Amino acid sequence: MNAPLLQVNDLKKHFPVKGSILRRNASRVYAVDGVSFEIARGETLSLVGESGCGKSTVGRAILRLFDITAGQVVLDGQRIDDLSPDRLRRIRRRVQVVFQDPFSSLNPRLSVRDILAEPIRNFDLAKSSAELESKVASLMDTVRLPRDALDRRPHEFSGGQRQRICIARALAAEPDLIVCDEAVSALDVSVKAQIVNLLQDLQREFGLALLFISHDLAIVEHMTHRVAVMYLGKIVEMAPRNQIFAAPKHPYTKALLSAVPVPDPAARRNPMILKGDVPSPINPPMGCRFHTRCPFVFDRCRSEEPELRQREEGQWAACHLETLPETPALAT
Amino acid sequence: MALLEVENLQTHFRTPDGITRAVDGVSFHVDEGETLAIVGESGCGKSVTSMSLMRLIPEPPGKIAGSIRFRGKDLLKLSDREMRDIRGNDISMIFQEPMTSLNPVLTVGRQIGETLQLHQGLDKEAAEARAVELLTLVGIPEPARRVREYPHQLSGGMRQRVMIAISLACSPKLLIADEPTTALDVTIQAQILQLMLDLKRRVGAAVILITHDLGVVAEVAERVMVMYAGRKVEEAPVADLFRSPRHPYTQGLLGAVPKLGSSLTGAARRLAEIPGQVPSLKQRITGCAFAGRCALATDLCREVAPGLEEKSSRHFAACHFAKKEAAAA
Repeated sequence: MNAPLLQVNDLKKHFPVKGSILRRNASRVYAVDGVSFEIARGETLSLVGESGCGKSTVGRAILRLFDITAGQVVLDGQRIDDLSPDRLRRIRRRVQVVFQDPFSSLNPRLSVRDILAEPIRNFDLAKSSAELESKVASLMDTVRLPRDALDRRPHEFSGGQRQRICIARALAAEPDLIVCDEAVSALDVSVKAQIVNLLQDLQREFGLALLFISHDLAIVEHMTHRVAVMYLGKIVEMAPRNQIFAAPKHPYTKALLSAVPVPDPAARRNPMILKGDVPSPINPPMGCRFHTRCPFVFDRCRSEEPELRQREEGQWAACHLETLPETPALAT
Repeated sequence: MALLEVENLQTHFRTPDGITRAVDGVSFHVDEGETLAIVGESGCGKSVTSMSLMRLIPEPPGKIAGSIRFRGKDLLKLSDREMRDIRGNDISMIFQEPMTSLNPVLTVGRQIGETLQLHQGLDKEAAEARAVELLTLVGIPEPARRVREYPHQLSGGMRQRVMIAISLACSPKLLIADEPTTALDVTIQAQILQLMLDLKRRVGAAVILITHDLGVVAEVAERVMVMYAGRKVEEAPVADLFRSPRHPYTQGLLGAVPKLGSSLTGAARRLAEIPGQVPSLKQRITGCAFAGRCALATDLCREVAPGLEEKSSRHFAACHFAKKEAAAA
């Protein structure tokens, strides 16, 4: 079997919280606190979870938009989290990103042509200006935008079209992996479908691996191969798509799935509604981090943190319970 | 008689480059105690519709025409003072962003109490006592302590609970909720939706729910109205709309949303796309507003705007090609 394209080993990222004059560096935000996973070539792994669970921080750590606190990020057998800026630059070509907001992630002063040419020039991917021009033009075809739009600027495009430009810019560097950080969350329903379909086509066409960070479980289910569910800086469950959606092993996954409103009035069901809010990542709960909201909590959960263990082929969960009870004690 | 009857509502805005027809001739009604959902994508006019009902549109540059009859009274003919008596009392509103709709320098208790003092003439102590009751009602733990806290001390879900407490303070007849859960996480959204339904039943208010999330619509609405480019294109009881959408736009929308559980029921199919994008509202649209993106469009559609027709019992659609069903039992 081939080595995975990307390996993340026990990644940690803590942010200091500014204290007052009297209490310097009073505390830290444990944004990501020991996360490990792999992504194979051409695979989509989705990171899901609610706001503040650390999913975007994981994406940013892989892109090395900041230095990590501990752990390793390995691309194709090579550690990239400790590379010098100079060597990192060459690696950057292979991991690109598409952000949530296509309005703020494109430079309003550049034409689409310049936006797309920049990565090609930057990484010396074209030998002549004629080649550069033809690459830029073919990128427009790839993301289904008209070539005659090349001289226009970002403000002349709609949200969906801008997201296509962002995708084209990511593709310009000929990457192996694209981190999509809520890449379709800001788009309207009909446009979202267009972009999701486009991403799936491109993955097939170029054999791209995707790290798809999203809170939208229905979209995730539609396009992913595997899913990792995060809660308060940790992965609580990771499994291939069919297993996790059919039979989640972690109560949090189960609650998340049951909270998603289903666009089918005939399917009105009794959702498992969690009590309370997500605790603060500055002071995460002892033991299992989910125990404050878990309907199945018992003594052991409060004192001992469950390990991420393999339950079925490829399905990992961090819960003391072997099987989840059928009917949870419903909270109101 | 319907609680609210809106007829030919037109809300236009004067802008430097012409008139934007944000809402362009929309009629609908809401019955007592009913939940009506208004769905559509950004820019379809759903929020402007709700702001128009409350007369929260600044005039100028905005201009509201048509009629909005609430319990027989035309809201558009009322003086500002009379309108103020209705806002927050008979009709109240919940907005999307609980952080920006709460006043950051007033305690939660003051903000709930304000409504009560103004509309029900309670004194300060009575208003605060009632505020604690309302916080208990919306499921906020330790209400006696929370009532003295400021919005920044609360989580997003709790702030939205406070907004709901404010909106229900005077037991309104109509509650307008404009994307009330869009800014919240799914597990919190589930809590808030359940709470809203619960309270609605207890207070007996009618609800207009404005959302872009078809999942939320399916879970809470009784009747649905679909808007596109400032116009109403379809209206039906919720089960009917999801089972047999008549308008090509509604059909497109429903096909574009992946359903949770899709991987379990056979191969995940490709999502349906609606090609193109919403037309600009700055030019007057002749013909059907959806014609430019519709696979069925003909010259007729481009020239004549289809009227809203009852295609089957209580199911209206504005499309030349949506078939009329023979009146069956």
